[in-house]
Amino acid sequence: MTALVRIRHLTRVFDVSKPWLNRVIERLPKALLTAVSDVTFDIPERQVYALVGESGSGKSTIGKMVVGLLPPSDGDVEIEGVNLASEADKARVAETRSHIQMIFQDPYASLNPRWRVRDIVAEPVAAQGGETNGLAERLLEQVGLSAADAGKYPHEFSGGQRQRICIARALASEPRLIVCDEPTSALDVSVQAQVLNLMSDLQEKLGLTYLFITHDLAVVQHMADRIGVLYLGRLVEEAAAEELFARPRHPYTQMLFDAAPRMDAFGREVDPPKGEIPDPINPPTGCAFHPRCPIAVDRCLEERPELRAVGPARVACHLADA
Amino acid sequence: MADRVQGISSRLREGTAHKPAAPDGGTDKPVLSLRDLVVEIPTRYGVLRPVDGVSYDISAGEILGVVGESGAGKSMAGNAVIGLLDPPARIASGQVRLNGESIESLPRSEMRRLRGKQIGMVFQDPLTSLNPLLPIGEQLAETIQEHLPVTRREARARALAGLEEVGIPGAADRLDSYPHEFSGGMRQRVVIALALCAEPCMLIADEPTTALDVSVQAQIIALLKRLCRERGMAVMLVTHDMGVIAEAADRVAVMYAGRLAEIGPVADVLTAPRHPYTYGLMGSTPLAARGQRRLNQIPGAMPRLGHMPEGCAFHPRCPKAAPACSQSVPQPVVMGDGHLAACHFPMTVEPQEAAQ
Repeated sequence: MTALVRIRHLTRVFDVSKPWLNRVIERLPKALLTAVSDVTFDIPERQVYALVGESGSGKSTIGKMVVGLLPPSDGDVEIEGVNLASEADKARVAETRSHIQMIFQDPYASLNPRWRVRDIVAEPVAAQGGETNGLAERLLEQVGLSAADAGKYPHEFSGGQRQRICIARALASEPRLIVCDEPTSALDVSVQAQVLNLMSDLQEKLGLTYLFITHDLAVVQHMADRIGVLYLGRLVEEAAAEELFARPRHPYTQMLFDAAPRMDAFGREVDPPKGEIPDPINPPTGCAFHPRCPIAVDRCLEERPELRAVGPARVACHLADA
Repeated sequence: MADRVQGISSRLREGTAHKPAAPDGGTDKPVLSLRDLVVEIPTRYGVLRPVDGVSYDISAGEILGVVGESGAGKSMAGNAVIGLLDPPARIASGQVRLNGESIESLPRSEMRRLRGKQIGMVFQDPLTSLNPLLPIGEQLAETIQEHLPVTRREARARALAGLEEVGIPGAADRLDSYPHEFSGGMRQRVVIALALCAEPCMLIADEPTTALDVSVQAQIIALLKRLCRERGMAVMLVTHDMGVIAEAADRVAVMYAGRLAEIGPVADVLTAPRHPYTYGLMGSTPLAARGQRRLNQIPGAMPRLGHMPEGCAFHPRCPKAAPACSQSVPQPVVMGDGHLAACHFPMTVEPQEAAQ
C-alpha cells in the first residue's frame, strides 16, 4: 500500500489586513490568518481519507491546496511523487494534474448553466485536447443517468442528479484522486444515500482514492478508511476509522463525537460543549483547544502539543495515552 | 393522549374537519392544532398543493419534530401557521387553532399582532433574520415595545434578561453590539431571544441548527429543550436531520409530498417505523445504518408539485406498493399509542426491533 498523496508540513497563511492606507491612518498591524498550519499526512492509494472539523478548521483550504487551486505558503503536497508547486517538468505536472479531480459542495454553483451537460462532462478531456466522442454519454450512464440527458441543460436536473453530473465530470479524465469537498451536504438524506453508494461503487470499480472533506461525522464513519481531525488549522488526531470511533483519544475528537446527534439517544440530556472555535487571527497560546478543553492543565496553556504516535493513532495532546 | 389521537384519526377517516376537538382533559389541551390544513398555490398550469390535508397537535411543553426532505411541505406548513405564506400561496381549507381559537382566516393586521406575541419564529439563517443596521438591544427592545405595554427603559431591561436567558456571555456589554459582531451560534441565540422576548406560547423553529457546526448545534438544541421545559412552550421543530429529531423531539411527524406519512412518539417512529417512507429514510441515514457498507437507498426522488402521483404519493418509490396504492390516498391509521401511519400496507414490527 503506497501513498498516492504525501502532505508534509503544509501551511497556508492568508493576509486579511485592511488596505495599506487604512493601516497607516488607523495604526493597525498586519493581520495574518493561519488557515492551515504544519499539517502532515499521507493518503494511501485506493483508500478514503476523510478530513473532519468545524467551520474555520482549514479542511477546505487543504483540499484546495491538494488539487492546486491554492499555492501553499509553506510545506509540500506530493502527488504520485510529483510536487505540483515546484516541479519544473511541465509535461509531468500536466500528466499528474489530469489525475486529480474535485467535486464541490453546491451542485447548483458548480455547473455552468449555459452549457449542455455533454460539454460540461467532457470538458476535462476536451481541455487537454482529447477525444470526447460519446464520452459524456458513457459517463452519464456510469453514474446512473441516461445517455439522452447529455443534450439537456443543468437546470433540468434536481440537486442529486446535478451532483451525479459533477461526479461524471470528475471521472472524465480518468483520475486517480478525487477531492470531495462536502459532496452531500446540500442533498436530502435519501439522495445523499444514493450519491454515497454511487461513490463507493465507483471507488471499488475504478480503484479511486478519495480525499473526503466534511463536517458530517455520520458520513465520515460510513465512508472513510482513515480520518484526520482538524482544529483551527492543525491536525489534532489521525487514525484508522474504526480505531478513531472506537477510541477517540483527543479531547476535541471526544467532544465532537459527544455533540453529534445520536439516533438512539431519545431525550438524551447532555452537557453541550462549551464555547466556540476561537478567532484564527489571534489563536490561544499553547494548545489551541485549551480554553474549551475539560481536562486542560497548565502545560496546555504554554506549550503546543506536537502530533505524536499514541498506540495506533497520532494525537496532538499532552495528556493522551495509549 | 391515546384517545385524543384516536379522535383525530377517526375524524380524518370521516373527512370532517369541523367537529370540535376531541374531549380532552383541560390540562392536555393542545396549544396548536392543525386540522386538514391545505395550502394551495394557484398557477397558470393548475393549482399546486404543497400542503395537502395535514393534521397534528402540539401541547404545551412539547417539542414536535417535523421531518421530511426538501419539497415535503414542512416549512410551508410552519409558514401557514404563522401567516407568512407568500402570495399567491394561501390556506385553501382546514383549520389552524391556537389555544382553541381559529387563526387561519384572521385579517393581516390581527395576524401581525399575534405574530411574535403568541407565536415566535426562528429561521435557518440567523444573519438574514436580524437587521444588520441596528444594535441587537434595540431590535429586542423594539419588538418588546411592539407587543407589551412597557416603557423604553423596561423594554431594555427585558432585552437584557432575554439575552441572559439564552446564554450570551457578558450580555450587558453586548446589547449595543451589531449582528455582525457575533458568531453564528451567538447570532442564533440572539434570534431565539428575539423570538421569545414577547413570551409567546408557541415557537416555530425552521431548521434552526442547519447552518451551524456540530458543537454549536448541540448547544442550541440543549437551549431549545431547556426553554421549552421552563416556559412550557409548544415548539414545532422543522428539520431534515433525523439525529436532531431523535435528540430533541418528544413526538415526530414525518411528511412526504405535502402529506403526513407518519406521526408518533419519537422512539416508536424511529426504532419501529411503520410507513415504508420512514423506514427507507432511516435506512438511508448513515447514522442508523452503522456498520453497513452500502446504505439502503430509496430509488427515485420526491415528486414535483405539479406531477403528484395518484393515490399514495410515495407509491412509485415504495418497495411494498400494490395496485391499491395508486388508486386511493391512504388515511392515517392508529399503529400504537399515539402512533399513526398513512399507509395501506404498513411495515410490521420485527420482534427484535419491538423488544428494543
